[in-house]
Amino acid sequence: MADTAVLSAQTPAVEGKARPGASALSARLEALDLPQGGFTAAARRDAAERLASMGLPGARDEYWRYTDPAPFNAPRPEPLSVPARDASLFSDIDRLTLVFVDGVFDAAASDDLSAEGLQIESLAAADRGADHWAVGLYGTLEAAGQVPVKRPFAVLNTLAARDGLLIRVTGPVSRPLHVLYRRQDAAADVVLHHVVKLEPGAELTLLETGGIGARSNTMLEVDLAAGARFHHISSKRADDAKLGIGHIFARVGEGALFKSFALSVNGRMMRNEGVIEIAGDDAVAHIAAAVLGDGDEGAFHHDDTVFITHAAERCESRQVFKKVLKNGAHGIFQGKILVKPGAQKTDGYQISQGLLLDEGSQFLAKPELEIYADDVKCSHGSTTGALDETAMFYLRSRGVPREQAIVLLVLSFLADALAEIENDELRDAILVRLDEWLTTRAKG
Amino acid sequence: MLEIKNLHVKLEDEDKQILNGVDLTVPAGEVHAIMGPNGSGKSTLSYVLSGRDGYQVTEGEASLDGHDLLDMEPEERASAGLFLAFQYPVEIPGVGNLTFLRTALNAQRKARGEEELSSAEFLKLVREKAKTLKIDGEMLKRPVNVGFSGGEKKRNEILQMAMLEPRMCILDETDSGLDVDAMRLVADGVNALRSPERSFLVITHYQRLLDHIKPDVVHIMSAGRIVKTGGPELALEVERNGYGDLLAEVG
Repeated sequence: MADTAVLSAQTPAVEGKARPGASALSARLEALDLPQGGFTAAARRDAAERLASMGLPGARDEYWRYTDPAPFNAPRPEPLSVPARDASLFSDIDRLTLVFVDGVFDAAASDDLSAEGLQIESLAAADRGADHWAVGLYGTLEAAGQVPVKRPFAVLNTLAARDGLLIRVTGPVSRPLHVLYRRQDAAADVVLHHVVKLEPGAELTLLETGGIGARSNTMLEVDLAAGARFHHISSKRADDAKLGIGHIFARVGEGALFKSFALSVNGRMMRNEGVIEIAGDDAVAHIAAAVLGDGDEGAFHHDDTVFITHAAERCESRQVFKKVLKNGAHGIFQGKILVKPGAQKTDGYQISQGLLLDEGSQFLAKPELEIYADDVKCSHGSTTGALDETAMFYLRSRGVPREQAIVLLVLSFLADALAEIENDELRDAILVRLDEWLTTRAKG
Repeated sequence: MLEIKNLHVKLEDEDKQILNGVDLTVPAGEVHAIMGPNGSGKSTLSYVLSGRDGYQVTEGEASLDGHDLLDMEPEERASAGLFLAFQYPVEIPGVGNLTFLRTALNAQRKARGEEELSSAEFLKLVREKAKTLKIDGEMLKRPVNVGFSGGEKKRNEILQMAMLEPRMCILDETDSGLDVDAMRLVADGVNALRSPERSFLVITHYQRLLDHIKPDVVHIMSAGRIVKTGGPELALEVERNGYGDLLAEVG
């Protein structure tokens, strides 16, 4: 791995930039059509105050050291020039589909929302009323996740989100819920806020796919009660999107299971923040990502920033992040495990790996452990490397052409992250997609 | 079948000559063994023939059925009928053994302009070949060589050989790390593949593998050259007296 001196020398673009001032924040907010009233009014007022006091992030903020926040600070995104593509991922799977077009829920294009054990509404529709089951949740997990690190774009999301889904699950849901994003307006600046609440023992698989907009800021607040099981697979902003920041704020209750996997192929500038609090004993939280970045059509930059807090006993957490980078692509991973006092028998593990397919690409990792309990098992690992030449020769000596051998070795590299998807059918769908993408790229 | 003439090879990155004029001809249907002390260049010869990076041919030639091997990519050599059974088979996590085998087989068929095998045809073929090598379904599904014992890895090499049906098979220290039973299984697998159209080059330190895979010709290699060639009795002589006397004799 490269040492810190080299890292800062290689990221001159973000050095020397001052934090944007109050006028930049006003300009940013003025460009948004801020929602008024409804059950979220108090949370939005609170968010407005918090954002005014913390301001927009600057390149000198520790959490933005490797990713320039400027494109997220700009009042408006640059319009997309590439045509929207409809992702076919998961189309063969029996599922309930919910469609958003340019960040607005499209009821006519979606399946019937009434399903067994499920209560689903769009945020825009629900927010006309003053009372809602999500009152104590909307913006609450986000606000709790602002300590110890400030996350201004998450606050901005709570303040400005016009739509999203409010999902409450009371029992096992037989089919996965598929949120499909489509875009039409080349300049759509989308802010989406989903709230998911799983009651005790409830189970849900949530899938998210598609290109959201020219710029997107998404939020998934997930509250898991005792014994709930939540599986999340996302392939957002795939192929045709440019600029996105995604947030997951989760609270995991006693004996509950949280598993999130994100696939990112292409995209240009992406930042994903995962903030997970393991609040109940014997709970499990896994967060994983497989990222493939090709810088040949413009700068590719992908940043995963994860913070897992162990606040209970006998809990397990995993962070598995794999990035395949070529043609000058940049991959970032900042991952932290915080073990609070009393969180005994914690089992925490974090692995981040970069596979560089050429010398111009770069993977930067900042793993952190902070432990205040004395009977825990916590470790982290991070590696950056090129393709294994011995494995390459082995495959080629069996007649596998070089390009095809690279595809196999990339899939091999990603295997641990893909293994985080428990459902075989869903994992196979992701694999097929990956294989197609890799094979097409190999030919080009 | 395999023709090597005056082959000189050095390491690409350092000024170190490994092969100093190897001459070797393996006719169709024959089994040749190469024996020699550590560092004599046996493994280098197998790598250079199969096209591994890191070596530079400074002089000489090598051909398979009249085609210049040294001019081809490793995958082209494989499709032309060359196969190297590795001394240390490589582990590839996350890639299933079946996927690997099918990708390799179909890539070779495609390169030769033959029809690719369907899933069903492939599975039927692989099950049949695996059975004789006592490789079960579980082992076929596991990632390539991951968690395999030494014996399982070598059997897996022979399975690949049986599936790919090469004309020229090079076995690089296939006996290393094998107990007697595993060696017999591997040898049986190799012997089952012997045919008038297929040749073998068996690289080994010890005579014991040659008890199971009977060679037609034995070569002794030293300091990057073949220094003595004889019948199976040459291997027995090495076993009795070591390399010392033999090498002293050839000077």
